[in-house]
Amino acid sequence: MKGLSYALSDTLVLAKRSLLRIPRAPDLLISFTVQPIIFVLLFAYVFGGAIDTPGYSYIDFLMPGIIVQTMSFGGFVTALGLSEDLRKGLVDRFRSLPMSRGALLAGRTVADVVTNSVSIAIMLAVGVIAGFGFDAPLAHIVAGILLLLLFGYAFSWVFAFVGLTSSSPEAAQALGFIVIFPLTFVSSAFVPVESMPGALQTFAEINPITIVVDAMRHLFLGAEVGDNTVWAAVAWSIGITIVFAALSVNRYKRAVVR
Amino acid sequence: MADELAIEARGLRKSYGDVCALDGVDLQAPPGTVLGLLGPNGAGKTTAVRILTTLLPPDGGSAHVAGLDVVREAATLRGRIGLAGQYAAVDENLTGAENLEMVGRLYHLPKGEPRARAADLLERFDLTGAADRLVRTYSGGMRRRLDLAAALVAYPPVLFLDEPTTGLDPRSRLGLWETIEARVEEGTTVLLTTQYLDEADRLADRISVIDRGRVIAAGSSDELKDQVGGEWLDITLESKEDAEIAAAALEQVAAERPAMTDGVLRMQIHKRQGAIAEAVRRLDEVGIGIDDVAMRRPTLDDVFLTLTGHAAEEAEANGDGAGDRDPGSVEERVR
Repeated sequence: MKGLSYALSDTLVLAKRSLLRIPRAPDLLISFTVQPIIFVLLFAYVFGGAIDTPGYSYIDFLMPGIIVQTMSFGGFVTALGLSEDLRKGLVDRFRSLPMSRGALLAGRTVADVVTNSVSIAIMLAVGVIAGFGFDAPLAHIVAGILLLLLFGYAFSWVFAFVGLTSSSPEAAQALGFIVIFPLTFVSSAFVPVESMPGALQTFAEINPITIVVDAMRHLFLGAEVGDNTVWAAVAWSIGITIVFAALSVNRYKRAVVR
Repeated sequence: MADELAIEARGLRKSYGDVCALDGVDLQAPPGTVLGLLGPNGAGKTTAVRILTTLLPPDGGSAHVAGLDVVREAATLRGRIGLAGQYAAVDENLTGAENLEMVGRLYHLPKGEPRARAADLLERFDLTGAADRLVRTYSGGMRRRLDLAAALVAYPPVLFLDEPTTGLDPRSRLGLWETIEARVEEGTTVLLTTQYLDEADRLADRISVIDRGRVIAAGSSDELKDQVGGEWLDITLESKEDAEIAAAALEQVAAERPAMTDGVLRMQIHKRQGAIAEAVRRLDEVGIGIDDVAMRRPTLDDVFLTLTGHAAEEAEANGDGAGDRDPGSVEERVR
């Protein structure tokens, strides 16, 4: 039990450390505040008129998709931070301390949950101003927000692994974007999957981002989806978390930089 | 034996792919002493420190620190050691006090203790005035002091310092030496790696010279210097023809008969004090003019040249630049 309580307190100590950085080096703040606003506005007003979304206004169609996309990028702070910790010798210091082996990674990913929450709040506010309206019971909306945070947390662990395996913060960021950009675009996030050419459509249908976005449309807008879509989205999130947490902690223990 | 020595390594081996970093290294340090690991970059010093601080498992051999096996009892051992690496491993976006408190919490010190120790250490390291400033506003010397303070937060019985003064200005260097000496007086055992003989000379009770993954010599500073030949004077005469007369005049006070090397008369001396005055007086008595007299001390290069037959730079050329403290070269530590 002592081990568990140390793991928890170590994680909180390190999550606090990650969060303290944000007001002190406000460059990162832009990526969870201004960037989501710009994304919502650009998509809503630039593409909105050109994309046909049967049954929904484009802003209603867009909001679940664009928030999911933002969640999938939110963890880049973890990649950036871990890559810096490695480079500056902090990982060595932490590894020489009697702290829990997963605490540095858990601390960083937990801090992402806080910044992701801020992003969600800002995006929903901007969305509502731009004409977005919920069409679901409150319990669904709350469940939807929890699903967003869970999904974002899963991707924080993907970024944790990226941060521990890439040679510099810049490389970590580039690698993250190269993987996640196509993943979010070839999905139901911004356009109906049916509008894509054959091969892309096949990929989009099995893409976990599509599953999560569809689940969100159900939870926020009452959209008709397959019976298990919400549970599939939860399962994907938990599965990604488990796989990448295991990979990352293993990597951290060895701290092999390249 | 393991519980009598604070640090004991036997036959440590470690390779990274084809590169052999440690090739059977033995180290011993009794409690309350300073063991200096002296060698050029790439010699294996950092690898040894990483194994002894549980960061890296050895491929072969065994090591005990504070009586604990570095592999099997790693988790317990981490609570009893402090490590200050080659880079100031402190968080730039925290204040000095926050950095030390964070480390104290991660050592699982009792409640209230992290804050108290942070204040105590900041004062001892002359950082009280900067305690609440973000570390990114600190100078290099201040960061190094904070880094060392972080290694001391748990008051660990065994302290590992990997090139603690590399890149520091002479004043900060002296300050750090004094701090380390104070810890040792209080009973801390220190393993210190360095590229500088004078640093090992000042701080270490015993020195292990390490080159290409092997300990090539071990002993006290005096014993090592004897192997290298101690100090000498390089005397430039006004006229080279006087060399024989000069050598004869100096022979009595020299450790051995002085000889000409590269047009300079090289005179091994017994002791530093008064050596120059004595040499000048004796040459003056026989009427020989002097252009220049310089006291020379053995450098790391001399130790290397004597012990290995190759200069330290050769080994360095395979490693990484000596003065390169760019934290970007993480590869060095993990190669």
